[in-house]
Amino acid sequence: MTIKTILNRLALAIGIAGLAASAGASAAGKAPIRIGGLATLEGAFAVDGKDAMRGIEMAIDEFGGEINGHPIRLVKASSDASPNSAVDAARKLIEQEDVDILVGPLSGSEGLAVKDYAKKHPGKTFLNGSSAAQDTTLRDPVRNFYRFSTDGAQWMAGLGDYVYRQKGYRKVAVVSEDYSFPYTQVFGFAYEFCRNGGEISHKYWVPIGNKDYSAVITRLPEDIDAIYVMLGGSDAVNFLTQYRQYGGSKPMIGSSVTVDQTVLSSRGPFKQYLLGTASAGPIADSWDNPGWESFVKRYQETYPNGFPSPSLFAETYYVNAKAALLALRQVGGDLSEGQKQLQKTLDSLSFQTPTGHVALDENREGISNNFVTVVAKKPNGDLYNKVVAVRKDVDQTLGMKRDAFLELGKVGRNSPTCEDLRNVGK
Amino acid sequence: MRVCAGRTAAWLALAVVVAFYPLVVPGFWTYQIGAQSLLFGVIALSLNLLAGYGGMVSLAQMAIAGAAGYATAYFGVNSTDLGIALPWPLTVLTAIALGTLFGAVVGAISVRTRGIYCLMITLAIAVGFSLFARQNYSVFNGFNGFAGVRAPAVAGIDFNEPVPFYYLTLGVAAVALGWLYHFSRTPFGMALQGIRDNPRRMRTLGFDVIRLRIAAFALSGLIAAAGGVLFVWYNGRISPGAIDVQPTIDILIISVVGGMASPLGAFVGAVAFVLLQNFAIDLISPDRFNTLIGLAFLVVVLFSPEGLTGIAQRLMRGLRGAVRAERPPGDRETSTEEATARRIS
Repeated sequence: MTIKTILNRLALAIGIAGLAASAGASAAGKAPIRIGGLATLEGAFAVDGKDAMRGIEMAIDEFGGEINGHPIRLVKASSDASPNSAVDAARKLIEQEDVDILVGPLSGSEGLAVKDYAKKHPGKTFLNGSSAAQDTTLRDPVRNFYRFSTDGAQWMAGLGDYVYRQKGYRKVAVVSEDYSFPYTQVFGFAYEFCRNGGEISHKYWVPIGNKDYSAVITRLPEDIDAIYVMLGGSDAVNFLTQYRQYGGSKPMIGSSVTVDQTVLSSRGPFKQYLLGTASAGPIADSWDNPGWESFVKRYQETYPNGFPSPSLFAETYYVNAKAALLALRQVGGDLSEGQKQLQKTLDSLSFQTPTGHVALDENREGISNNFVTVVAKKPNGDLYNKVVAVRKDVDQTLGMKRDAFLELGKVGRNSPTCEDLRNVGK
Repeated sequence: MRVCAGRTAAWLALAVVVAFYPLVVPGFWTYQIGAQSLLFGVIALSLNLLAGYGGMVSLAQMAIAGAAGYATAYFGVNSTDLGIALPWPLTVLTAIALGTLFGAVVGAISVRTRGIYCLMITLAIAVGFSLFARQNYSVFNGFNGFAGVRAPAVAGIDFNEPVPFYYLTLGVAAVALGWLYHFSRTPFGMALQGIRDNPRRMRTLGFDVIRLRIAAFALSGLIAAAGGVLFVWYNGRISPGAIDVQPTIDILIISVVGGMASPLGAFVGAVAFVLLQNFAIDLISPDRFNTLIGLAFLVVVLFSPEGLTGIAQRLMRGLRGAVRAERPPGDRETSTEEATARRIS
């Protein structure tokens, strides 16, 4: 360490001490508002959880770290993506750290568990992180639980229409991981694809982290137009490598998590094959929109060691935290009477996010944009997801009447079927 | 005599502390720290029985607790539209009976192995069970498992509330702990310790080593199952993630850190584990708190193979030594415990 860096650090430390002192002085006037951030800072999703926390920090920075003279304090807690650990972390934030507002959690089954916990504390306000389980808000919603982002089925909006109409696919097979989030995504895709007249001939469910896909690949039928692949990161790379080695050439349709940077930047022999692969999701790195671009720029400047572009997790946590702060500003930081004013304001809040406009339905679920992308090549040869369609204001029932949508039942391996989806609402 | 009185006083003090604990701390400390430590302690206690008295380190204890938890969910109240809701005493009895049976089966499978092989075969059972639960939808409801599991309300006392639930876990823990101390002095308990120290000699003396070991597995299954029922009531849900490799290893860590040779060690380890898991994030940067947890465990295991209770015993012995100037030679009890600790490590 050179003398210069030592001096720099010393200056920084003095600066921080000064800031803390001034914050202390302003806090003397008004009580701080405590926000709990709950994300996976351990386990398989630790990197994503870290990015999620960046999203909350960006939202708080945007408000200068205070609302109407109340300083905002962020308290972090970690789960390991299991529902039990998420509830333990939420309980610690609410009961031990005494936070007023909780933002999180990150994964689907965690969201369902934290929603149940929220029932016990109607006087606190819970905002979802990036958890995308449908039933967090669709069935048995909880009064003080809000989701300003969208669910796994909404994340597929536009994709079924696009591949049926633009790509001309009529018959596809599904290869998917075997748990609730993929069921929701397969449903979201099938919803449009089947109602257009498309057919899903086979579904293959594989465990997460599967390495050998030969059993699935050899059983894939010959007469399909494409394969819908709902496998995360390295699982997708394994599947594609083996599929190509086997000589398979049917094009792929990706879920919201399949065609990510792991797949795009891998050096396998299938770069050419990937070109044109369609997928959909709630954010798109390459969206040509000033709001999104300025968000990306701010992220890159604030976190030079972060991802090249904010992840889905940073964006959804940012949006939910920002919703809380906007509502807090409108009520002037008033948290009295069990946060009644704050929750009333949140009910009717709508605002511009980096991915467009967001509003809530009566179950406090986000109605927002969704993006359909295809894999394209940059001039330097790198692959990226190019936006080909933006579906505006996608709601949780995908445009259907709520009753009819609920009649489809809970999503599962085999429900609802293509047939159910074609007949519903007729 | 003085030692005996001192020990009684120490137990009394401990009893007073745990009995009045929920009256002086907030709900979070009663439920998430207190009750959770106690129920993890009960599950770890089942391992201490096997390891401390039987010399068999099993990694299947969390799977057994999980099986009992699943049974509690399946045969009790849940919000998953699956299973048969029995009256709660039957639910609990069924869960504990199934857990005991599971323990006996694990014993029957792994009884002829020792050391690392026992560890591996029980780990295989644990992982196999959690994968089976993940793939099976008709009974285990696959990846999602069961939610909305609730403890019963008896005579107007709702055991889902922090304080009643704390006393419930405390009661179960106290009975299990007291029984284990008693067990260690029964003929069966003595025989098991004999088998641990020298199975061949016990066989020549006419003991049926295999059957005694399986019985020990069944008994430890019973304790783990009681912990499993509390575990599912505490969380209100159970899914394959709650019984996969990580929680399986957690139980082993709790036992080792607390001290496998001492029944009380299970609870000491559980308190240390739960405290670290909850508060390590506040002591160090949120990105690195698992490093702190790992380091703490490493330090304990490195400097005291008998775990935290070993450290406490050494301190006590030091104090006693200072008072009495010298210790009578051949203090039987301590030397057995030391021998056990050495054997396990």
